[in-house]
Amino acid sequence: MLLTTLMLIPLVGAVVVFLLPSVKEALAKQIALGFSLATLVASVLMVLGLDNSSGGLQHVESYDWIPAFGISWTLGVNGISASLIVMSAILVPVAIIAGWWDAESSSQGTVKGYFALILVLEVFIIGVFAANDLFLFYVFFEAMLFPIYFLIGRFGGPQRAYAAMKFLLYSLVGGLFMLAALIGLYVVSSRQLGQGTFDFQTLTTLSIAPGTQKMLFLGFFFAFAVKAPMVPFHTWLPDAAAEATPATSTLLVGVLDKVGTFAMLHFLLPIFPEASKYYAPAIIVLSVISIFYGALLAIGQSDVMRLVAFTSISHFGFIVLGIFVMTSQGLSGSSFYMVNHGFSTGALFLALGFLVSRRGSKRIADFGGVQKIAPILTGVFLLSGLSGLALPGMSTFVSEFLVLTGAYAVNPTATIIATFGIVLAAVYILWLYQRMMTGIPSKEVEETVTEISKRELVAVAPLLAILIVLGFVPQVALNVINPAVEQVQTYVGVTDPEASVSMEGSGS
Amino acid sequence: MRVSVEYQALAPIIILLAAGVLSVLVEAFINRTLRRPIQLMLVLASIVLAFAYVVINATADLTGDIVANGGQVKGLRQLAAGGAIAIDGPGMVIQGIILLVSLVATLLLAERQIDPQGDAFAARASTLPGSEDERQFTSQGWLQTEIWPLYLFCVGGLLLFPVANDFLTMFVALEVFSLPLYLIASMARRRRLLSQEAALKYFILGAFSSAFFLFGAALIYAATSSVNFSTVAVAMENASLDGLIIPGIGMIAVGLLFKVGAVPFHQWVPDVYQGSPTPLTAFMSAATKVAAFGALLRVFYVAFGGMRWDWRPMMWVVAVLSMVIGSLLAVTQTDMKRMLAFSSVAHTGFILLGVISTSAAGLSSTLFYLLAYGFTSVGVFAIVGLVRDASGEATHLSQWAGLGKKSPLMASIFALFLLALAGIPLTSGFTGKFAVFTAAVDGGATPLVIVAVVASAVAAFFYARVIVLMFFTEPPVDGPSVVVPSAFTTIAIGTSAAFTLLLGLAPQPVLELVINAGLFIR
Repeated sequence: MLLTTLMLIPLVGAVVVFLLPSVKEALAKQIALGFSLATLVASVLMVLGLDNSSGGLQHVESYDWIPAFGISWTLGVNGISASLIVMSAILVPVAIIAGWWDAESSSQGTVKGYFALILVLEVFIIGVFAANDLFLFYVFFEAMLFPIYFLIGRFGGPQRAYAAMKFLLYSLVGGLFMLAALIGLYVVSSRQLGQGTFDFQTLTTLSIAPGTQKMLFLGFFFAFAVKAPMVPFHTWLPDAAAEATPATSTLLVGVLDKVGTFAMLHFLLPIFPEASKYYAPAIIVLSVISIFYGALLAIGQSDVMRLVAFTSISHFGFIVLGIFVMTSQGLSGSSFYMVNHGFSTGALFLALGFLVSRRGSKRIADFGGVQKIAPILTGVFLLSGLSGLALPGMSTFVSEFLVLTGAYAVNPTATIIATFGIVLAAVYILWLYQRMMTGIPSKEVEETVTEISKRELVAVAPLLAILIVLGFVPQVALNVINPAVEQVQTYVGVTDPEASVSMEGSGS
Repeated sequence: MRVSVEYQALAPIIILLAAGVLSVLVEAFINRTLRRPIQLMLVLASIVLAFAYVVINATADLTGDIVANGGQVKGLRQLAAGGAIAIDGPGMVIQGIILLVSLVATLLLAERQIDPQGDAFAARASTLPGSEDERQFTSQGWLQTEIWPLYLFCVGGLLLFPVANDFLTMFVALEVFSLPLYLIASMARRRRLLSQEAALKYFILGAFSSAFFLFGAALIYAATSSVNFSTVAVAMENASLDGLIIPGIGMIAVGLLFKVGAVPFHQWVPDVYQGSPTPLTAFMSAATKVAAFGALLRVFYVAFGGMRWDWRPMMWVVAVLSMVIGSLLAVTQTDMKRMLAFSSVAHTGFILLGVISTSAAGLSSTLFYLLAYGFTSVGVFAIVGLVRDASGEATHLSQWAGLGKKSPLMASIFALFLLALAGIPLTSGFTGKFAVFTAAVDGGATPLVIVAVVASAVAAFFYARVIVLMFFTEPPVDGPSVVVPSAFTTIAIGTSAAFTLLLGLAPQPVLELVINAGLFIR
């Protein structure tokens, strides 16, 4: 019941907020914040209750939902999904605080609507990470789109309708291919077991014919690659992230996109081990392309929000790389990367969002010399930027390092190429810093830009603190993640290619 | 031959047709001012009574047949009227769906509050559009009650259509429900020329397709010496007269596919859906489609079931064309009713996936889809009828801009229906699509499912576009408004929305119902 309760808290919050009279705007915000904090507390309790000696699913609960199709309400978490749930539960109150005044300027939506949607989104986020019935997962995967769709479409920037539509269509197309694959998987399971099922753990026991497995894998992978997003299915992300409010972008890029990579790790590898191995080389190439393409386009952007979106595409390349090398370092690096990236990108979006809302422009060229006027805000940006380029001492460094170490053992060429992505990351972050923060402030900048407010600091400080703390004691997170990673490796039937590096040296 | 009549089994059909006769008498003998309430009571009472009989027949504990999953089939399973009518589980489920959506559609037909001039129908259909007569009748507030007897005959015919067990009875049923539809379609109060043109087009094409059906039946008779489905099925196993049988199957398919509105026999759909009075469009898009699919299922499962290898390729083509052309053309539409009409063509394609499966799962999933789609479709057209400006319904898409701001509740419910039509999870449309796709994959039609998935993606675009218009766009200055309807329409929309949600959130009871309905009897 723990996980269902965890979903009920924000759901109740959403209903309460939605039922408030429209004029009680302040109250709506406070209630939304209260419920999101309560969810955070509950999720921390949930992760503390995990038994770290086991990588299997825990807190499992299962009830029949549509027995006619073998569909059940099965929730359960392992270390990876639990840490992603906690990350989301931290980001939601942060987004609420950061977006405190976002909804006032909207001509379409109401304030209470904005915060109710964020809470509804949180319900689906928890659901999508906790679902262990594939049908249930699909339902949350699709349902999640709609709060975001409305958050972008009703509260976003001038091109919001276009961006919302593009986001929705890309995701729906991906989702529909997943649906086809899901149905195929169901039919396979009903032929093998006599009664079709969507239960994740039962599905891992199927032995699917290689040809079928490859087809089904591609259906699922397409959906997850669109979601993640990987090049070439990425073009919706910059538009969506640029038009959404910074708080929405934080949740969109920080949390929602993780669903794609999480699902690759949590569902694809265990259910389709053979196909995963078969396609892994191709996917590794795709991920290296993502790393470079995202980074290069980030460097070329003139819009700050789009820039951050492209950096994320680059980062997702690293995550996918770590997953498909299937070594323990790669997998735990990727899992940890997902958590860190949520905080890091969240902090970047928020810091830049604070600047953009002051200056009223997203163009990099409209800034310059901010550090003279707002040193603390500049510092916040710098810290979050440094976490984005994986500076040692930040938790992102640990995860990126793990991914690259894990990948080197399997595919040295790809790894060496990918390592240059780090250099590009330094370029896009530091050059952005140089253009926006250094120099002499223009008249407009002097007139509009002010120092970070207390509310804004409260929103962004926890993220920076987490990034630094986890940078020094990553074991806190890795201890939770690693057992689950071992479990994934068992499902796939891979072991680490031990000492493959030293093999050449030993001359055997 | 002495034909016994099983009154109990046939009660729903008899009730509706008898009420139709009674309703004609009401027209003849009752004072004009009293006619409307009496007719309305008669219609509602007969539909409710017929539904009660369907329930009684469907739950009667008579037979001991065992279905695949070990449960007992409940309810009547018998040939009635000398084998001309087959009352069985799927037939009764379809009758039940027809009656339920008809009940809801009746409420829409009875609505008279949303148009300041009266109800949705011309004050006097016999007056020339734009004439002085028309203006006088309208200003005097005349209401045409002749639609009610027509409507009752139509529903009666629809009830007979899916349970008809020979080609002649089926043809009679087809005409009994079609002729009233042609008439009512011409009677819109506003845009009467459009309405009359639609009705004429519907009539000519409909007559043409009926002729195809009849000719097909003649060919089948020539090959098998029978029009009875059971006899035809047996005869086909032994007959080698493919030269007659294949064209016969094809022609009968033309007649039935016309009624369900499948490509390439869909040309009438957009014009008729657009021109007809909107409550009638709601009724047609739901009840007629359900009944026609019921008949299609019976013909192709019972009579032509043994020939499935011959007709499947044809049905594959029709299904693919319906899904692809329906979705693509819907994208290009600028009129709400036409867009929904093409969407209905695309849905026909999806439902055909269930028909093509020719399995127990195919049958039950089709039944579920029909129920889900029927309610959503009635609901969607009910709301289309509410968005009006001074000249009547505002059906141009651009006029729907910003409706979410003006009328958040109606816009949200409309969005719910659109999401259900798009097949988004947690709505009835998704459960239906899932069931049908699963049956199709299981039946070896995986390529069709891939096409269906791509078509669904295209379809998602035009549904989402309406949501963008309603919620993300500023309302135009002189835009239409959402009229507050009377309790009739409110109940109709509420019921449709409730079913749309319920069949998405908790579909298990209904899934059990359609699975336990078993198969057609022969």
